[in-house]
Amino acid sequence: MPGESEALVEFDNVDKTFDGETLVVKNLNMEVGQGEFLTMLGPSGSGKTTTLLMLAGFESITHGDILLGGRSLKNVPPYRRDIGMVFQNYALFPHMTVEENLAFPLEARKMPRDQIKEKIDRALAMVRLSEFSRRRPAQLSGGQQQRVAVARALVYEPALVLMDEPLGALDRQLRENMQYELKHIHETVGVTVVYVTHDQGEALTMSNRIAVFNEGEVQQIATPQVLYEEPENAFVAQFIGENNRLMGTVRSLNGKECQVEIDGGGEVAALAVNVAGVGERTTLSLRPESVKIDPPADGYPDRFDARVEELIYLGDHTRVRVNVCLHDDFIIKVPRSGDAPRLEVGETHTVGWNPADCRALDA
Amino acid sequence: MAAVSPNAGGPIMLDGVPLKIRLERAERMRKVKAVGLILPLFIFLMVTFAIPIVVMLMRSVENPEIVQVLPRSAAAMRLWDGEGFPPNEAMQTFAAEVVTAKAAKTLGKAAKRLNYNASGFRSMLFKTGTKLERAIEKEGEEAVLQGPEMLERFIDIDKRWGERRYWSIIRQASPPHTAWYLLRSVDRDYDENTDIVPISEDQAIHVEVLWRTIVISAVVTLLCLLLGFPIAYLLGTLPTKQSNLLILLLLLPFWTSLLVRTTAWLVLLQNEGVINDIAIYFGLWDEPLQLVRNRMGTYIAMVHILLPFMVLPMFSVMKGIDPYHMKAAASLGANPVSAFIKVYLPQTLPGVGAGVLLVFILSLGYYITPALVGGPADQMLSYFIAFHVNTTVNWGLAAALSALLLVCVMIFFAMYQRLVGVGNIRMN
Ligand SMILES: Nc1ncnc2c1ncn2[C@@H]1O[C@H](COP(=O)(O)OP(=O)(O)OP(=O)(O)O)[C@@H](O)[C@H]1O
Ligand SMILES: [Mg+2]
Repeated sequence: MPGESEALVEFDNVDKTFDGETLVVKNLNMEVGQGEFLTMLGPSGSGKTTTLLMLAGFESITHGDILLGGRSLKNVPPYRRDIGMVFQNYALFPHMTVEENLAFPLEARKMPRDQIKEKIDRALAMVRLSEFSRRRPAQLSGGQQQRVAVARALVYEPALVLMDEPLGALDRQLRENMQYELKHIHETVGVTVVYVTHDQGEALTMSNRIAVFNEGEVQQIATPQVLYEEPENAFVAQFIGENNRLMGTVRSLNGKECQVEIDGGGEVAALAVNVAGVGERTTLSLRPESVKIDPPADGYPDRFDARVEELIYLGDHTRVRVNVCLHDDFIIKVPRSGDAPRLEVGETHTVGWNPADCRALDA
Repeated sequence: MAAVSPNAGGPIMLDGVPLKIRLERAERMRKVKAVGLILPLFIFLMVTFAIPIVVMLMRSVENPEIVQVLPRSAAAMRLWDGEGFPPNEAMQTFAAEVVTAKAAKTLGKAAKRLNYNASGFRSMLFKTGTKLERAIEKEGEEAVLQGPEMLERFIDIDKRWGERRYWSIIRQASPPHTAWYLLRSVDRDYDENTDIVPISEDQAIHVEVLWRTIVISAVVTLLCLLLGFPIAYLLGTLPTKQSNLLILLLLLPFWTSLLVRTTAWLVLLQNEGVINDIAIYFGLWDEPLQLVRNRMGTYIAMVHILLPFMVLPMFSVMKGIDPYHMKAAASLGANPVSAFIKVYLPQTLPGVGAGVLLVFILSLGYYITPALVGGPADQMLSYFIAFHVNTTVNWGLAAALSALLLVCVMIFFAMYQRLVGVGNIRMN
């Protein structure tokens, strides 16, 4: 991670435009540490693939520079960058066997025969496909093809491997298996990975750090835990995990604490994370599991009356949808336990939360 | 709901009918439907395509003329062992039937058939008929037709009857089927002992024409490939919107008839044509260049006409090649040239194969274009087929040449199958 170890990749004020009018990537500054698994996460069209392609050399950089191991990539063609890439559709060569696909990058590097053989065997063993070396890609399942693509990107031991939604085409079960396998491979090989996905679950399980993209800008780069527990803006809070949003206006500001008047009545104390000042609009962000129903009197100064609208029993917890301050999409997660309150639709209860869990973010 | 009754051990019953029989019935219905769907096309193809071809090919071995016109002579000649001259009785039968056939006005048919083998045979046969008729008037039927020395009489009528060759020809023309037309299609003939020999060099033409046909087709195919590959590559890598427009331009020539396009080349390329005029005007050359009525004109016009058949299958295959393959190859460290050769080119082979096969086989059968823009030395096999159908009205030889062309196509197809495999052809 940056600081701890040397940065392998540095994006230095990178801009990208295709049409000369809109910036698809805006002023990107990002570092990828040696051996790190960094995921770029964001909604469709947020510029993740474009960023990856600029790094791989398939898209030009409009402005700024990308450094790999301290050297500018500006005038290095893709085939000299020594960056492995796993494409979303795998891009395995259909006229070659698995073995030949894996031999391709080694032959391009003019490696001796016996060494090639050895490396292919090792790579195939790593992705557990040794018996399939003579097959063509078309004779493999989606998951197997994906593993061949990973093996091919790793077989020549590049310092950096890029993966663009490599699991997008797989079904849920296989995707989860492959997530663990990729994570495992990353840990054993120690390669640096830049990974793209728009599946936040995938990002949270696999990454050392996640860069959340929106409209060409990085919103926040942090570990999964920090991203979930301490989102820095309303977009990240909403995009990662489940989130309750309450809109309001800042009434007073006192260091890390603020008072916010919620639209629809009531005033609450909140943690001032990203507020512009007194009198400005703000978005309050609350995780569903931070909200208590019928809380004890002390420690929960923020209290409201809430009408139960809907109950969904999910085994280990119950999702309760309530109407708070005219927001009827407010979700509370009640864990299953002996002393959990008994709830009925239509009842009115008190709900409350700790001001430290209520983050006041940008509007 | 149907009642399913699984009875232990026995067949599974559905409404009292074993499941297996039900399945067979359902399958049979499906097959009947499938057959019903293809039947009309099948009948159409049989009637308009397969049967005519078979009938045409049959003509190359059929030999009905002598058997029909001179049936008893044919039988007698077939009994002759071919040594020396036919026996006297056979000659008597022959003389009698020639006279009858001449009276019945059917002799022309037989004469035409025999004339294929030796020119002059027709007039000799009619002369023989006339002389025999006169002799019968003078000497009486018995004295002429039952004579002991028939050969002498024939030689008196025309001394060519003294050559064994003519009698052998009659014998060879007597069976109802013959390989003679097929032999002629490869410049072979029977000699007077019915051995197969090459025909004299000044008459031999078909093998040379066949070879020429193959060479022209190969050159045209190669030129189409060289010109078509870059076009197909461009079309295959352009965005669909632009490539569709260019495809339209490529197909534009199909909107006019082959004849018009070929004649247009004649107008462009002839000595007083547009190309020569412009070139002379700009001083590229001084005298009109012979661009047409020679091999050059044939190549130009044929390549122009056949190019779309090369480009389209290649285009459709190239269109289907994932552009990410080239990116993947680059990311794996291959420079653009080696990525193209190792990754792109092999994937185009099914399309290249389809285009090559299509153009080559179409070229083999080309007729109108070389006939219009080629010189006498550029005519292909089809020209001679048409010539024998239209001009000499020798259907047997025309059919034999067609069979030769068909065999050629099949040989090339088989070679192709061995090298590329038809299963690998893709036209999308
Ligand atoms: N070749 C191109 N020409 C013009 N615009 C492009 C091109 N490629 C991408 N864009 C635009 O750039 C923006 C970012 O695209 P990009 O492919 O990077 O998104 P993404 O984050 O990878 O999205 P997704 O999750 O859907 O893959 C989009 O608005 C897209 O329309
Ligand atoms: Mg993308």
